[in-house]
Amino acid sequence: MTEKDKIRTLVLPGDLVGEVGEQQAWSPYIIRNGNKLYSTVIGLLEQRDNQLVILPLEGVYYPRPGDLVIGLIEDVELYGWTVDIVSPYKAYLQGSSLLGRPVNAGEDLRRYLNVGDYIMAKVDSFDRSSSPMLSVKGKGLGRISKGKVVDVSPVRTPRLIGRNRSMVETLSGETGCEVLVGQNGRVWMNCVKKESEELLVEMIYLIEREPYTKGLTEKVKSLIRERLGVNVASPEAQANT
Amino acid sequence: MLTLQVQKPKLILEDGRRTDGRRPDEMRPIKMEVGILKNANGSAIVEMGKTKVLTAVYGPREMHPRHLALPDRTVMRVRYHMTPFSTDDRKNPSLSRREIEISKVIREALEAAVLAETFPRTTIDVFSEVLQADAGTRLVALMSASLAVADAGIPMRDLIAGVAVGKADGTLVLDLNEEEDMWGEADMPIAMMPSLSQVTLLQLNGNFTPEEFRAAIQLASKGIEELYKLQKETLTSKYSAYKEVN
Amino acid sequence: MSLTPSNYNIVPLIKREGILSVLEKGSRIDGRKFTDFRSLSITQGYAKKAEGSAMVRLGDTAVLAGVKMKEDVPFPDTPDQGNFIVNVELLPLAYETFEPGPPDENAVELSRVVDRGLRDSKAIDLKRLCLVPGKKVWTIWIDIDVLDYGGNVLDASMLAAVAALYDAFLPKVEINGEEVKIIKEEKGERVPMNYPVVSVTVAKLDKFFLVDPELEEETIADTRLSISYLEDGRIVGIQKFGSGTLTTQELDAVESIARASTSRLFEELKKVITRPEGGVTQ
Repeated sequence: MTEKDKIRTLVLPGDLVGEVGEQQAWSPYIIRNGNKLYSTVIGLLEQRDNQLVILPLEGVYYPRPGDLVIGLIEDVELYGWTVDIVSPYKAYLQGSSLLGRPVNAGEDLRRYLNVGDYIMAKVDSFDRSSSPMLSVKGKGLGRISKGKVVDVSPVRTPRLIGRNRSMVETLSGETGCEVLVGQNGRVWMNCVKKESEELLVEMIYLIEREPYTKGLTEKVKSLIRERLGVNVASPEAQANT
Repeated sequence: MLTLQVQKPKLILEDGRRTDGRRPDEMRPIKMEVGILKNANGSAIVEMGKTKVLTAVYGPREMHPRHLALPDRTVMRVRYHMTPFSTDDRKNPSLSRREIEISKVIREALEAAVLAETFPRTTIDVFSEVLQADAGTRLVALMSASLAVADAGIPMRDLIAGVAVGKADGTLVLDLNEEEDMWGEADMPIAMMPSLSQVTLLQLNGNFTPEEFRAAIQLASKGIEELYKLQKETLTSKYSAYKEVN
Repeated sequence: MSLTPSNYNIVPLIKREGILSVLEKGSRIDGRKFTDFRSLSITQGYAKKAEGSAMVRLGDTAVLAGVKMKEDVPFPDTPDQGNFIVNVELLPLAYETFEPGPPDENAVELSRVVDRGLRDSKAIDLKRLCLVPGKKVWTIWIDIDVLDYGGNVLDASMLAAVAALYDAFLPKVEINGEEVKIIKEEKGERVPMNYPVVSVTVAKLDKFFLVDPELEEETIADTRLSISYLEDGRIVGIQKFGSGTLTTQELDAVESIARASTSRLFEELKKVITRPEGGVTQ
């Protein structure tokens, strides 16, 4: 572990987590009653520069602007697509975001993205009163044309990414696959070898199952090495990272 | 002359104990478990004596039909239902008036806890199935629902714990059994969010003097504290691996 | 399935503030004190085809209860008792959002709370509704129509049910051994009532407790507690309505307030039910 260890404690709904501080940011996971603060979820409580933060251990994906998500095209409309992002809210992608120009009247958008396509996108805006809007402007965003996508619980994405991206880099470095973790719990991977893909999927589910095992990153690393029977990453992985 | 009528049994025995051997302030054995269903977002099963209720929570998810969605909050949909084989005589599976009323009081109790404004335009579905009915089903259902909501990761002010207090042969008794439910003089289900000291469900069936009413609340509060502790232990044990984390 | 109701009557926020600011001054929007009931009138015999009936007006709320009865077989576990059934209907004519159709959860809840108040108080002498033990008893139907929905329908319904029961006569009966002859055209005995029962509803609105909430108060209330009483102060039923909460100290306070408010209701009831042929047995 390169980062200094932080103390996290398990909290449950109704648990007293602290007193009202000067600059406690709003969070759905902490409520105020009088001058006391209580947890509203099953989560891990941690102190981050004078702020109490609760990382929920269960729950659905709640979109935030700027999040990288992997969406599934659900419907093709006249000027854009409705996209499932495994959230209580259906997202929308405007045609112009993909095409880089306005959609022509009568243009068949199915030619660009059809029902069942996966896209890599960023959440552009979301304010609870309207659906989340997606954007595919940017490097690496757009239609996913190769590789594989697996679904995990969205509350596990911080663990899949790891502190300073340590976990995701271990996963891709050790298996030689490209790996991208969407904040909504969808993980995209692109592997050269079938056996590394299978192993990668297995590791992702392992992390989902036991996210807070001590020394998980090391465990994952040694498991991959053991199974692939090599002690160095393959050449294509080095090229990718 | 027909004498079909069953005579009321003695509910408090010579030694001051109840028909099932409990002291008046003693609850039945309790078992709780969370996360037992795969498909639901959250689930829990709670047993209190021979009463057993399973609850599944789906959501928050998109509301269908859409016009029923609310712009500023989630819509809670709650169904309390007894399986036909949960009772001595088979229960008709269609919703009875009793089940309709209980679904409503459970919904209102849960709404007091759930932070509904967090998920506008969505729905949270709570389905409670009474698998065994042996007194106290609405509170066991409510407790399992509250655990299932927590298990689904839905933000809530507190867990909800509840128990019935009644009167049997003039004595206040905690957590009625079926005989006391049937023959006792009062049955008062009460549920609270204990860490906030708020009552979320209260009904009374039977009669109390004002003094008995106040004593009954005191007695219930004691039971509720105990149940709340058990609920927390149940959740903690599921996540005990997470207690020591880096 | 029970759904969070849509805000079928949204009270503008400014109105809520208005109501609260009046409460801060110790009064209510209609000038009442916190513990006052609205104007109350009880008229028996309003529906002549019913065996007993009563129209209750409580402020803007209007409720009509009618009593009908039929011969029935007793339940096996109570062979020497008659029975009664309460049914409250929130009629479409009572409020703009009420729809025709089977009773919704609100109507079902009202029916069951009125039923429990009458049943647990033993206000009706069910034994005297037995004609031939194990064979034949009376079942009494108490149908309560809400005609104008102006808040606190429960207390009005309970008053209407009790007044209608006190107004009701059973048909004339001639019993000869197990032979029962019912003469529908002739009045027999009164429906055997032991004593009246009343319900008092208190709304919690911010830090205020309001007896007999009118519609707007009820709409913006955090929660309501309805308690049924006998005249000696004995509690014979409680129901908490709505998704708000109360502390146990607040329960204590609400119960005291509610109990103190029962005397007015018993007085009003007695004006109509204590008649020479009425036979209040208390």
